[in-house]
Parts: sequence; C-alpha cells; structure tokens
Amino acid sequence: MPEIALTTWQILLLKVAVILVVVPMGALVGGYAEHKVMAHLQHRLGPMYPGGFHGWATTLADGIKFLFKEDIIPAAADRKVFSLAPAAIMVPIIMVYLVIPMDRTLVVEDLDVGIFYLLAISSLSTIGILMAGWSSANKYALIGALRSAAQLIAYELPIVLSAAAVAMLAGTLSLNGIVEAQNFPFILWPPGIGLALFLVFVTGAVAEMTRVPFDMPVAESEIITGPFTEYTGMRYIFSHMFAEMGHMVAFGGIATTLFLGGYRPIIPWEPLELIPGVVWFAAKTMMMIFLFLWIRPTFPRVREDQLQKFAWKFLIPVSLALILFTGAWVLYV
Amino acid sequence: MATTEDRVVDASEVAAEVSRGNLLTEEMVLNVGPQHPATHGVFRLLATLDGEVLVNADPVIGYMHRGYEKLVEARDYRQITNLVSRMDWLSGINNELPLALALETLMEIEVPARAQYMRVAMCEMNRILNHLMFFASFGAELGAITPTFYAFREREDIQMAMEMTTGGRMHFGFFRPGGLKEDAPKGFFQQALKGVRQVIERLPDYENLLIGNEIFKQRTVNVGILPQDVAYSYGVSGPIARGSDISFDVRKDEPYSSYDHFDFNVHSAPNGDCFDRFWVLLHEVVESAKIVEQAIEGMPDGPIMGKVPRVVQAPKGEVYVRTENPLGELGMYLVSDGDRRPYRLKIRTPSYSNVSALPYVLKNTYVSDMIAILGSFFFVLGDIDR
Repeated sequence: MPEIALTTWQILLLKVAVILVVVPMGALVGGYAEHKVMAHLQHRLGPMYPGGFHGWATTLADGIKFLFKEDIIPAAADRKVFSLAPAAIMVPIIMVYLVIPMDRTLVVEDLDVGIFYLLAISSLSTIGILMAGWSSANKYALIGALRSAAQLIAYELPIVLSAAAVAMLAGTLSLNGIVEAQNFPFILWPPGIGLALFLVFVTGAVAEMTRVPFDMPVAESEIITGPFTEYTGMRYIFSHMFAEMGHMVAFGGIATTLFLGGYRPIIPWEPLELIPGVVWFAAKTMMMIFLFLWIRPTFPRVREDQLQKFAWKFLIPVSLALILFTGAWVLYV
Repeated sequence: MATTEDRVVDASEVAAEVSRGNLLTEEMVLNVGPQHPATHGVFRLLATLDGEVLVNADPVIGYMHRGYEKLVEARDYRQITNLVSRMDWLSGINNELPLALALETLMEIEVPARAQYMRVAMCEMNRILNHLMFFASFGAELGAITPTFYAFREREDIQMAMEMTTGGRMHFGFFRPGGLKEDAPKGFFQQALKGVRQVIERLPDYENLLIGNEIFKQRTVNVGILPQDVAYSYGVSGPIARGSDISFDVRKDEPYSSYDHFDFNVHSAPNGDCFDRFWVLLHEVVESAKIVEQAIEGMPDGPIMGKVPRVVQAPKGEVYVRTENPLGELGMYLVSDGDRRPYRLKIRTPSYSNVSALPYVLKNTYVSDMIAILGSFFFVLGDIDR
C-alpha cells in the first residue's frame, strides 16, 4: 500500500472536517434518542413516521423545518448581540470535541493540558446565553440568563474538582494520558472514590447542560424558554436544541474519557482489543447519553435557591472531601 | 411603585450605595400571561418582581368572559344545559347537575332512583377525569413530564365509558330536568368499572412517582400556605379548602342526588400548602372511584326519566342549589318568572372564588413557587370567567 503523505495542515483540516461532521451527527442522534427513550419510558411510541422505520429521520426533518422558518429579530433587541449569541453558544461546544480522544490516534489535538482546556472551553457558552438573554429585550429571557449564569458558577466547581481528582489519579492533564492511566474496572477504581467522583461529575454535568432536574434557566412552564424565548428558526435550533444536544454528547464523551476508560475495552481481555477503540468510545458515550436521557422523565425540577444550596452546601464540600481522599490514595496506596 | 423615570440612577450613585452595603435594585413588573404555558388559558398575572422574589401579584381575569349569565336569559331551559356544560370544560357533566336540580326543585319533579344513581356515577367519573388532568398538569408545571402521560392513559378508559353513553368527550349535555337523556348503553357498566378499577389499582404508583419524590416534596411542602381563616374569608372551597383543613364537602354535608346512599370519606389535610392540596386531590380520586363502583353495583332498575311536562316551564319562584363540582362548590341561583326561560341565573363558580385568594398566597414567594402555587390552585379559566 503506497504511503499517503499529508502535510500537517492537511491532516488538521481533515480532522476538523471529521469534527464538523461528528458534532451535528451526534446532536441529531442525541435528539432522536431523546424522542424515543423518553417516549418508551412514558409508555408512548414517540415519532413513528418520518423516514419510515421508527421515525428515524425525525430530527433531520425537524432541522430542515427550522431551516425554512423565518428568522425574527425583535424590534427592541440589540441586533448584533442577538445575532451573534447562537454562534457564541455553539462554537465552544464544537471546540470541546477537539480534545476528546475517540481512539488512540483519533483525536484532533492531544493537548498536554487537555482536561484544563476542556473545562475552560465548555463553560464559555454561558457567555452566549447571557448575550442572548440580555439582547432579547425580554424579561423572561433576562431571568433565564441570570439563572443560567448563577447556575454555571455553582456547578462548574464540582465538575472541575472531580476532574481534578481524576487528573491527580492519572498524574497527567492529557486526556489520552488519563485514559491510558486508568485501571480496570474503571469507575470502580479506586474503590468508592471513583464512583463518587463519577456521580459528582454527572450531577454537575446535568446542571451544566441545564437539563431536568436542573433546567431552571430554560424552565418552559415558568419562563417559556428562558434566554431563547425570542429566537426562531435556525438561530433557535443552534442556540437551544442543537446546543443542548451537542452539550449532552460532549459531556457523554468527557465522562467516558475521564471515568469509563474512553476507547479501551471494558475488561482486559485480548480478543476485545480487536474491536476498534472508536466503537468502544461510541458505545460508552451512548450509555452515558442514555443515563442523561433517563434522568429527564424521572424527576421534577428543583427551585433556584434549592439548586444553589445543593451545589454550595452539599456537592462542593463532597467534592473537596473526595479530593482529600484521592490525595491520600495517591500518596499512600 | 418606583420606576426608572422616577429616580435617576447614575453609576457613581450605584457605586456609592454598593460601598455602603446597600445594593440598589429595581422592581420589575412581569406580565405572566395572558399567554403563558403555566396558566392553562388566558389568565394574566401582573407580577412585581424583585429579582426572583414576587413582591406582589395581581391576577387579572376576564379575558375569556362569554357572558353566560346573560346568554341563558334568552334561551330555553333545555338549551341552557349545553351552555353551562361549557363553563368548566373539564367537568361538563358536573355543571349540568345543579341546573337540573334547580329546575326539579322548582317544578317539583321526582327523579327516579336509576337516574339518580346514573347521575352520581357519571359525575364521579367526570371528577376522576378532572382530577387526573390536574395531576398531569401539576407535574408538568413542576418539570415532571411523565405523570402527564400516565394520567392520560388512565383517563382514556373512563373517557370511553362517558363517550359511549353521551357521545361527547368533554361537553356531554346529558342531564335533563327530571332525569337523563338516555339509559346507559350495553357495555357501559363494564367499561366504567374497568376504568375506575384501573385507577384504584394504579394510583399508588402515581403517588410514588410524585409524592414520594424528594424534589417534589421540596417544591411543594410549606410552599404557598393558605391558612384556614384566609380560606374561609375568601370563600375558597373544594380540594383547595380541604387542603387547608376545612373538612367541608357538599356531597357529605348537604347530600343531593342520593349521595347519602354511598359510603365515602372526605379527605382533608392540615397545612394548607401545595403538597396538601395535591394530596387531597389525589385521595379524592380513590373516593370517587369507590362511589362509582358502589353506584354501578347497586344500580336500581326502572325508568330514567321522571314525569316532566312537555314544555319545561318553571313556575314563578326562586331557588338556590349547590353541588360539589370537582374544583369546589358550584352554586346556581335560579329566579323564574314563570316563563320558559330563566329570569335570572346567577352562577357561583368555584374557580372564581378560589383564585381570589391568589394575591394573598403569592405574596413574597419565588417565581418558581408561583408556578407551583398556580398549579396547585386547580382552576379552569372558563370556570373563572364564565
């Protein structure tokens, strides 16, 4: 087989192209999964017609529908900020995917500070949400944006702390390094601490994605759709639906990488190594997405002050204690 | 109320206030409704907000006023049945009952036992439908979407029983002065029993789903407390009053239409918060289901229509009849001048009196609590505005 020589730039462009395909595909699949998983948990069938087989093309049809909707900008809105906000929300979410290793080599850039980059970038989209809420000139949007900002501050910390503990265990900030450093059976190691860290991370992630039970910023029965109340058409899809799904798939990937052994097989058995790492990664991410989807039809929504109390009085102390335990484990075991 | 125009705020003033420890804040008026997902219709709430706290709430009603009390004055008694059925659209058949009772009292018509039992069975089935609907919407307002679908599954069997008898799913138009429009069709009793038994069987699951949920408790316990004396003074009735420890039920205290033949409990709860109102609502479903079972099992044979003259014409006089609508006490004050039409029909609807207590309850709550409280007041817009 002749060696195909590609320059660094060509490889980079190819990788970026892959990411630009993976993110929308992930969001589409995530959206479809949300329809179907929720439907079956609620003794419904969900969409059955678009595309023929079990309505597989539902989200595709939805997307096309939104593409043709009129793009309305309210007269009182700050036009520039209003139009930019969906991009400010979407771009950080796409950038998260750049460092997630889908296989040993299938990663756009294996940064040495991968986990640091990831946590920094993933919270950037809140700026977009604030922009959307402020520029809409709508009181519901404003309330939603403020709730979103408050929620970010509260729930970013548990995520960062639990990820920091994982980095301590692995001894590296590189995501590939973290995956390679993990011992079997991933989240159950070190005993107790791993699982607790995982639960803290998932709770924080659900809050960061603003999904039930932490969906105060977009609580539809209270403040319509929060910051996105005034958005229509493609801007709505990008700022809300697509962003939520993109976020969900991204956090599924991050949780897989940090806790579930990323692209590695679930048990150390030689034949399983033959299955490509990307398959393992996809399967584990899907499992995480299912977990996120399962939470939504199960719980009611918490109140804003309860949400803050839960974060500051419970989740953050717990994650600090976990850091302590992890430190002790790393030093003495 | 202070507005931005009243007080010029420049940045240095704000900075000075902040350094002194007083943060300058502005109150904001938020229009909740007339189009809002949590108000089930065109209910409007002028909410004055200080951040997330509701400083003041002012319900504005009347967006759906259709003037029923005037409309009925120009219509024949038999036509009115179909009008009042549309007041509280979730419990149509319960609205028809007081009108029939009022006419029967004025015209001194004896209603046969079978018709009375049928009326009770259908009213209670309608009550189950109504309560399950509020079970569904209350969950949805608190962000729990699953109860909606569970409730609608249960509603369907009972809804079918109602449909096979009356031909309608919401507006039945089935009660006539003196009895019923028709006798129950074949299979009605089986279908109704199947529906209510399913409800009795599955209701514990629903209780676990919501009442057993820690987040649900946090959202509802001690939220939106309506004290007993306030409930009395606003004339609050129905499950909302019973949630405030007022153990009053017209079915029990002033039995009408043979309600005294049936064995059922009136549940009340002591605290008057959202949780108690919801708890009472859920437990009433079981009691209603029991009444339906008793009514169908003890259904007497015989005619379904009393001796009614060909022309329904109430003699001169006046009468006040009250019944227990699913949402509270429904009263009809009928004044007749001996014509085929009422001279005046004053309708006292439960939701109207119930929402009048809202400003008291909503004061100094959070925005999220506002939604929980609106949901737990179980009102129907058509019932408020008529």
